[in-house]
Amino acid sequence: MRGEMSVIVRTIARITYALILVFGFYVILHGHLTPGGGFQGGAVVASGFALLPVAFGAAAAKRYLNPSLMRHLEEVGSLAFLALGFLGIGISFFYNVLANSGSLFGAAVPFGPNSGILNSAGTLPFMNWAVGLKVMTGLMTIVLVLLIGAGKEGKD
Amino acid sequence: MNALSVHAPVLLVATPLLAAFVVPLVAKLGSTVRNAVVGVFTLLTASLAGLVAANVLAGSGAPSVYVFGANPLNLTLPSGMHVPIRILFEVDGMSAFMILITALVAVAATLYSFSYFKEHSGGEMYYPLLFLLLAAIFGMEETGDLFNFFVFLEIAGIAACGLIGFRPWRGRSQEAAFKTMALYTLSGLFVLIALGLLYGQHGGLNIAYLSSRVGAGMLDLVALGLLVVALGTKAGVAPMHMWALDAYGEAPAPISAVLVASSQASLYGLFRVLFTLFGAAVSVAALGWFLIALSVLTLFVGVTMALLQKDIKRLIAYGAVSQIGYMLLGVGVGFTTSGSRPAYGFVAMQGGIFHMVNDAACIGLLFLAAGAVHRASGTRDLNRMGGLGHDMKWTAALFAIGALALAGVPPFNGFSSKLLIYESSFAASPILAAIAILSSILLLAVFMKVFQAAFLGPRLLENVREASRGMLVSMLMLAVVVVVFGLFPGFFVDKLVTPAAKALWLGRDAYVRAVLGG
Amino acid sequence: MGNFPFVVAMLLVILGLYTLLFKRNLIKLVIGASLIETGVNLFLVALGYRTAGIAPIYTYAPPALADRMVLPTPQALTLTSIVIGLATTALLLSFAVVIHRHYGTLDVREVKELKG
Repeated sequence: MRGEMSVIVRTIARITYALILVFGFYVILHGHLTPGGGFQGGAVVASGFALLPVAFGAAAAKRYLNPSLMRHLEEVGSLAFLALGFLGIGISFFYNVLANSGSLFGAAVPFGPNSGILNSAGTLPFMNWAVGLKVMTGLMTIVLVLLIGAGKEGKD
Repeated sequence: MNALSVHAPVLLVATPLLAAFVVPLVAKLGSTVRNAVVGVFTLLTASLAGLVAANVLAGSGAPSVYVFGANPLNLTLPSGMHVPIRILFEVDGMSAFMILITALVAVAATLYSFSYFKEHSGGEMYYPLLFLLLAAIFGMEETGDLFNFFVFLEIAGIAACGLIGFRPWRGRSQEAAFKTMALYTLSGLFVLIALGLLYGQHGGLNIAYLSSRVGAGMLDLVALGLLVVALGTKAGVAPMHMWALDAYGEAPAPISAVLVASSQASLYGLFRVLFTLFGAAVSVAALGWFLIALSVLTLFVGVTMALLQKDIKRLIAYGAVSQIGYMLLGVGVGFTTSGSRPAYGFVAMQGGIFHMVNDAACIGLLFLAAGAVHRASGTRDLNRMGGLGHDMKWTAALFAIGALALAGVPPFNGFSSKLLIYESSFAASPILAAIAILSSILLLAVFMKVFQAAFLGPRLLENVREASRGMLVSMLMLAVVVVVFGLFPGFFVDKLVTPAAKALWLGRDAYVRAVLGG
Repeated sequence: MGNFPFVVAMLLVILGLYTLLFKRNLIKLVIGASLIETGVNLFLVALGYRTAGIAPIYTYAPPALADRMVLPTPQALTLTSIVIGLATTALLLSFAVVIHRHYGTLDVREVKELKG
């Protein structure tokens, strides 16, 4: 197939693809505890997806990844982020209503150095997910659109 | 109702942002639904802008603070901190004034876009980008945090360039968009270096906090220089005005009008830096003369180059550049005479600031009219059009109103603000007043020529039709502003301009106190 | 370490400015803009570095440790600037793609319909 790379690259891509995705989702999930967060994790996930066109060529990538679906998911991500901002509007925009409330991600954090309580930080993990969704789909849209543009270029 | 007005500053940014994400989703349901949603969101944004401005002006322009994520929401210094760490909005008379300008242009441009884009569609991303641009402009005008300002500046730049290059089948628009984006990126990075220098020295990026800390040290002055260069570039001040011509000239007509508001937001940022951030730190007289030199250069370049143009939109773009010169002249004269003759200085400030709204209205009107002309005649070359006034009577009349206002002819708004600038700059130096008046006369000559070439004379083009009703209504809206502001300048100077000028001129202490207390 | 990172940052900025001003290829101009941005990011990160500082991920830190904590604002600034840089680079490159399609060249000397 046109644009496909050697068997070594394809094999490595098959193996690392899943690992990269897992690492990316880990970075998003632990955004409120460790360095990283929605943008970084989303960028890692997107780079995992970007291996597809690199290793298997643009045509194969376009079969699996749908640019318009990506664009809509990106809008959903942005809307979710904005909705989380509106959640606190009773007090002030972006006020963290879920922190220390006892509900999901609402555990109070004990005094002193903590080893990372995943179930804490209120709305922040949700914001990380929203941003992560937006960034991974947004970056993929950019890659796909540039690929489509470059593909047209090749035919001229 | 009370809660709404308390949260209005943030809703003013959040509403267009929400619209930017909702519109592409509803665009699937057809263009009628999309236009309805766009219209509702635009009106909502405009009424929120009115609400914010009304609240601030009711307190005669005193700054009000909105802290993100704080409880209560005016808590700027939580738990004994002496540096404000949260991002906050701080709205005073000047911000309110700018918000009103942006809202006016936004409503006119959106209404105009409905009919302008009816035929060539592909406009799925047009309204989202427009809303993103509006949200960023409102953010720039409201924010009390320099870094937040930088982020909004960049969002505005990216959205604006997306809109300039919105019609990819036109190579020239891509060229303009590339140039503009390169220059925007460069000036954005200059702003970021300046922020780094300020943060490294003072440990904070809140404008009020920095304003209480900056001195006339070497690094502070370097930061000031970088900010002035970057924001001046983005506002289209003379030696770096080239992008403005390409961008205004090649963008779709309603976007050219919004870009004027966007440039003015950068100019607002420049004034905020000079008056509020460095107001107490640097010698105002030297800075004032620097601004005056820039303004004279801008006037000169804008007016003389306008004489040579054949392309109607590029010609108006030169007119727009020259008007930035008038604003800078007013504020620069205000700066220089602030110590020696404060009475004249304040009048000059009023003139410079009042000219911002007048410029937005009349340049916006001219761009919209030029878009209608381009749409009807299929050309922007002045040599190839003529006699359009036979078929486009309304557009011709509205274009004439805009042109006369731009040239500062008495019953229109351009005259009322230019008069303030003439009389006060005469006090600083008669030569300045002479230059300002001469520029106006040359502008009048230029636009007489344009009007004659485009609208008068024998019919050169067949099948020319009057602009559609939506386009005419939006132009009429701006024309009404032009005429009303020209007929009753005293009222608007008292109600809108004076609080804005006071907020810049004398408001630094109040601005700092609103955040740091004491 | 001393001033070394700042010197490198300024070198990057100057290299980027040189590229932006004197190169003729649109792609190289984009690279120049990215170089300046990298320099500025390095400048911000270097600004935020404190010797023997610790990351502020404690909840309520004891005073002895609080003194050594680093306020993560410069890192946040850098991150935001990277995001913005990504967007501008992507936008510039897509304009370059369309310009190439339209004019058949990436040389700025041949892409100049807009003058005067």
